[in-house]
Amino acid sequence: MNPAALKVDLPELKSGGLLILDSGSFNERNFTKAGYQQDPREDGSLDDYRIVEVDMSQMTQDALKDSGLTKKEALRCKNMWALGLVYWMFGRERKPTQDWLTSKFAKRPEIATANIAALNAGHAFGETAEMGEDLAAFSIPAAKIAPGLYRNITGAEALSWGLVAGASGADLKLVFCSYPITPASSLLHTLAGLKNHGVVTFQAEDEIAAVCAAIGASYAGGVGVTSSSGPGVALKTEAIGLAISAELPLVIVNSQRAGPSTGMPTKTEQSDLYQSVFGRNGDSPLVVLAARSPADCFDVAIEAVRLATKYMTPVILLSDGYIANAAEPWAVPEAETLPRFPVTFETNAEGFHPFKRDPETLARAWAVPGTPGLEHRIGGIEKASDSGNISYDAENHQRMTNLRRDKVLGIAKDIPAQAFEQGGSDDRLVLVGWGSTYGPISRAVDNLRQEGLPVAHLHLRHIWPLAENLGELLSGFEQILVPEMNDGQLVTLLRSEFLVPAEGLNKVTGKPFKIAEIEAAVRARLEA
Amino acid sequence: MNIATPAVKTAKDYASDQEVRWCPGCGDYAILKAVQKTLAELQVDTEKTVFISGIGCAARFPYYLSTYGFHTIHGRAPAFATGVKLTNPELDVWVVSGDGDALSIGGNHLLHVLRRNVDLQLLLFNNEIYGLTKGQYSPTSRVGTRSPSTPGGSLDTPVSAGSFALGAGARFFARSVDTQQKDLPVVLKRAREHRGASLVEIFQNCIVYNDDAFAGFTDRSVAADAQIHLEHGKPMLFGKERNKGLRLKPGRLELEAVTLGEDGITEADILVHDETDRAMATLLVGMEPPSLPVAMGVVFCDPAPSSYETGVLAEVDAIQSSRPGTLAELLTKGNTWTVS
Ligand SMILES: Cc1ncc(C[n+]2csc(CCOP(=O)(O)OP(=O)(O)O)c2C)c(N)n1
Ligand code: SF4
Ligand SMILES: [Mg+2]
Repeated sequence: MNPAALKVDLPELKSGGLLILDSGSFNERNFTKAGYQQDPREDGSLDDYRIVEVDMSQMTQDALKDSGLTKKEALRCKNMWALGLVYWMFGRERKPTQDWLTSKFAKRPEIATANIAALNAGHAFGETAEMGEDLAAFSIPAAKIAPGLYRNITGAEALSWGLVAGASGADLKLVFCSYPITPASSLLHTLAGLKNHGVVTFQAEDEIAAVCAAIGASYAGGVGVTSSSGPGVALKTEAIGLAISAELPLVIVNSQRAGPSTGMPTKTEQSDLYQSVFGRNGDSPLVVLAARSPADCFDVAIEAVRLATKYMTPVILLSDGYIANAAEPWAVPEAETLPRFPVTFETNAEGFHPFKRDPETLARAWAVPGTPGLEHRIGGIEKASDSGNISYDAENHQRMTNLRRDKVLGIAKDIPAQAFEQGGSDDRLVLVGWGSTYGPISRAVDNLRQEGLPVAHLHLRHIWPLAENLGELLSGFEQILVPEMNDGQLVTLLRSEFLVPAEGLNKVTGKPFKIAEIEAAVRARLEA
Repeated sequence: MNIATPAVKTAKDYASDQEVRWCPGCGDYAILKAVQKTLAELQVDTEKTVFISGIGCAARFPYYLSTYGFHTIHGRAPAFATGVKLTNPELDVWVVSGDGDALSIGGNHLLHVLRRNVDLQLLLFNNEIYGLTKGQYSPTSRVGTRSPSTPGGSLDTPVSAGSFALGAGARFFARSVDTQQKDLPVVLKRAREHRGASLVEIFQNCIVYNDDAFAGFTDRSVAADAQIHLEHGKPMLFGKERNKGLRLKPGRLELEAVTLGEDGITEADILVHDETDRAMATLLVGMEPPSLPVAMGVVFCDPAPSSYETGVLAEVDAIQSSRPGTLAELLTKGNTWTVS
């Protein structure tokens, strides 16, 4: 760290943690820039930490003195020097990074060579320097992971590929309609590059046109998908209501960001749960799913397409800025094992009307334009349950409202029962999470359980409808804690649905939860 | 084997079983009749035809046809239609909107569907009023229109559908009147023939909230002198005696009406209608009585080599057939490693 980084990031470090300081950058000029009155190494503010000082700037320059790079260019390689040192500390392979640098700077091989040299120099420093106890290498055994083929994948890629796999599972054309917005645009970019999979992408004039075009696509027999972030989803609201009323499949991806209004576009938050579950005029139920991590987006996207096409309903898929941009290793599934749920369009004219339903799923018949004998008219006006014609009849509206509700609630029978990530009904406190809080919650629960604390973890993929057994699972706990990066949304839903004494742990700083924050909150409650 | 030849369809075969619910005397009835007649004359396949509308009196239109129909939300019909065409370009898609639907709440979508040139027929029923919501002034209402929301008369300048369309880069613009049962089907057929977005403005009388708004040029007593029916390649003549014509004012980019035989004017002085002339179309759509007649018929038609959805889908097809992607290849492309 240089003084500026130290100032911003020190609060993130546990006491007793290891600080590696770039001593070369600790000078008066940088103290002033960072807002330090005096050298922080001397004012006692770092007493709680283990400190190692290395003049990284000088060492990087020394390592690159024959590279032909200017001093300024050489200093840009300093982060690679630091990474090399960290790789040594944690016993990590340098090769993937070396390969990546070679391909990243393929057009400027001298830059690639210099960065690799810096990486190697940092590594060598760790190996040879006499840093004593301070910088002992941590031996972290390889995580126990299932054998198989792995790759890195970002949330945006996983979601795009999941949509492609979902449309392929349904045997339908994927039509993706969107309007650029941070942090959702990466989906549009990724899918625009997948034309060789038959994907049609459409950059509309605004979010309203995007969702309308997606609904038009579904009406015509494709899988219509639209994507945005909170402000854009707000604009799509009226059209989503039409898809609910006309009972057409639609997937709406919301890469959430900090709100309200423009909020903090590049900061992550999960504050659009209310908007997703409740945010429309009229009684307008739909399906809400949430991805927990970049790789999880793949499965959730397939599930979204499956539910949308099977139940003729809009599905909102919640991701967030963190998930969209982060990457993680992913066990690549075999393409042949991916779920298949081919759609059969209605073709039988006998007894047909557009709101004829499957008695099991309550999904209406999907008859697409082009089918002879099934010409019909649909829209957003209430329709008679037995003919699909316009109806303002009072009893009929009650019946249709109930049908739309029951159809969506019935999906609970078609989704996996809620299972514990860790722990179980014998524990005293359960943490209930959704979305990208998965990482810190599961790490915190793991740590606490190793200490012997009675903590369990439930993580919800299906936000609406909720899993059938969730209420029963929750009712067995003395304490229910719901960490969310919002001001308390899932917690309200759980309290109102199950009348359980769930309590919120809420944070809206634009940053993910720290493991320690969750651990502390749990300890405080178990000790109380 | 007996192969039944499909029966010839009449206009009635294009009517649905739903009771038509416009006010008695509404101009929408006449437009419905002209559309059904046009569909019958073309013997279109009901199953391959889709009528998509927004919200308003005009937008109830799809319910009364035996084709596929989608009554969507206010102003957005062009966007739904774009999604339909991108998914199944074989469908013949018509969009029906009112003046508020198309030019107020939906102005943005109309702009973009025209410039993109999606292959659609867009019918704009212009009654210069919000019919469904009980008579507020609309973006096409003339200055001074008294309505429940403008009791002292409206102040804002109306938008002209034709100027808007040409400004947006439309490649087809035509006009007609609800009661012109002979001319309207001709214009509708031309719109359908046109590959790309074709906008047809139909002056429609709202007998309840804006009766006789167009009487100044549609009333029988004045129509011949107050309208000009354009035909490609023909001199732009009009009037009861067909002795009036259009020419450019000397030295200006401005049209004027002149009378044959007066001041030495002969037919040679009269402009010939060239429907591919965008600059002339811009002048023609701006004509208003009393000094100039209202331009009717196909004002502008200049097809592009291809429509938007054709281009989009051709690109997808070309890429997919040259290197078809499989899921297996997608999931494993790039850097992977094996854990054993
Ligand atoms: C989002 C939304 N805003 C407002 C309305 C109310 N509304 C319905 S139709 C209409 C205007 C209709 O005027 P026009 O498009 O000219 O059609 P007309 O009824 O004259 O045929 C309005 C304001 C609505 N249905 N939806
Ligand atoms: S209000 Fe006007 S436009 Fe609407 S149905 Fe009645 S007459 Fe026709
Ligand atoms: Mg109107």
